[in-house]
Amino acid sequence: MVITMNNEFKNHIIQALDMNVRSDGRKLDEFREISVTTDVSKTAEGSAIVKVGDTVVIAGVKLDIGAPFPDRPDEGAIMVNVELLPLSNPDFEPGPPSIEAIELARVVDRGIRESRAIDVKKLAIKKGEKCWLAQIDICTINDAGSLLDASALATIAALKNTRFPAYENEEIDYKNKTDKTLELEKIPVSVTVFKIGKNYLVDPLKEEEKNYDARLTVALTEDNTLCALQKGGELPLTTDDISRMIDIASEKAAEIRKYI
Amino acid sequence: MTYEKRHDQRRPEETRVIEAKAGVIPNADGSAYFKIGNTVAYAAVYGPRDLHPKFMQDPSKGVLRCNYNMMPFSGMGDRVRPGANRRSKEISMVTEKAILPVIDLSDYPNAVVDVFIELPQTDAGSRCAGICAASIALADAGLSMKDLVSAVSVGKVDKMIVVDLDYEEEAYDDGPVADVPIAYISATDEISLLQMDGEITKEELMKGIEMGKKACLKINEIQKKALKDRFNNPNGDHNEQ
Repeated sequence: MVITMNNEFKNHIIQALDMNVRSDGRKLDEFREISVTTDVSKTAEGSAIVKVGDTVVIAGVKLDIGAPFPDRPDEGAIMVNVELLPLSNPDFEPGPPSIEAIELARVVDRGIRESRAIDVKKLAIKKGEKCWLAQIDICTINDAGSLLDASALATIAALKNTRFPAYENEEIDYKNKTDKTLELEKIPVSVTVFKIGKNYLVDPLKEEEKNYDARLTVALTEDNTLCALQKGGELPLTTDDISRMIDIASEKAAEIRKYI
Repeated sequence: MTYEKRHDQRRPEETRVIEAKAGVIPNADGSAYFKIGNTVAYAAVYGPRDLHPKFMQDPSKGVLRCNYNMMPFSGMGDRVRPGANRRSKEISMVTEKAILPVIDLSDYPNAVVDVFIELPQTDAGSRCAGICAASIALADAGLSMKDLVSAVSVGKVDKMIVVDLDYEEEAYDDGPVADVPIAYISATDEISLLQMDGEITKEELMKGIEMGKKACLKINEIQKKALKDRFNNPNGDHNEQ
């Protein structure tokens, strides 16, 4: 499916949004149907498929053992990577990660890292020598808009699903998962609010995503603490915009949290 | 100890449980999901579409371009580093060669048909699963094909000739193991993929190929059914897990 973009089309979207109309009949602050299925990849230590409407992403966690960073000898590490697979969108190409993939991965990473969802001290094995390394990979299966929120949700669902593999005599036995889970101290949820014209909306379709003026991703923990923000798009935001967008994100995050 | 009984109780000629579905990726022109045991493949077809860079174009017919990729968490051991490597490039190439004999791209000069194969979890036999998924996806995209290519691995574990080896059988170390992935075009009774690693006699190989052909006939039926189901239920959900 090719979506052509021009000013007329954008004006059409804005006029419709001004009347609270979206092309799939949703309200501006309404998400498409969300589903979360965990344990979808037996080779991963934890995994989840998240569907938001026609958007499908899969996240997998691999646990490996490595050396801690020299300046943090008693901590393990987490790493988030996003693969915008060419399978999921005709515009994606094979090759090194695009700037979109890098931004997506870094924003998801910040939500997890800064909320301290994972206590990295608990990933330590031997001070200065050995620690667990949680490697999270998010792969897109179908991109029908809203990849960021779907990826963040898939990530936290996959982390919650993670079981440590057996570790004996300094060797990991990936075939045997133990009952030990990756304890999550917090459950961060990310919601991206888009501004098109003077309208705010969530969970954009592809056509809306290609025509937005500005966006704000807000990651929040259970107690509504903000743990990561990312402003995107070509147009600036006023402080009033920011305040209202955070309110929308906070309300939506509470709804999305039910799926984890 | 000799390997006389398969560790999962399968008969020698028996494949693992297979599940196939067409039309699982809405953005794609054609797509499929193929699961055999714990090996899962998604395939998406995009095209015919413009081929760049231009020097790769063929003015006499369209180009088939396959791209096999393991998701980073899909390996049996450590994380697989994302991106192409020597193994995935070779598999992409043999996948193209396995499918080319059945597909007619003469109507699409200078264009490309892209096939992206992605594996979220593997337990041996991933190139064969990828070929099976790719054929369904190409048919789902409406391209002219004279048959669906079906693929399975055959081989030898110790003294037993078996079909559809899983990881544990491939890694058997108390006796010789041979792994022979084949792709079979049932309409013409031809083999379009043949690779082998391990040790096997010619007689054992020929016996294995015959068993593989029979298994491929069954896989072919499952592939056809996936396509028929797609059109019996065109608005069916995209749920495949």
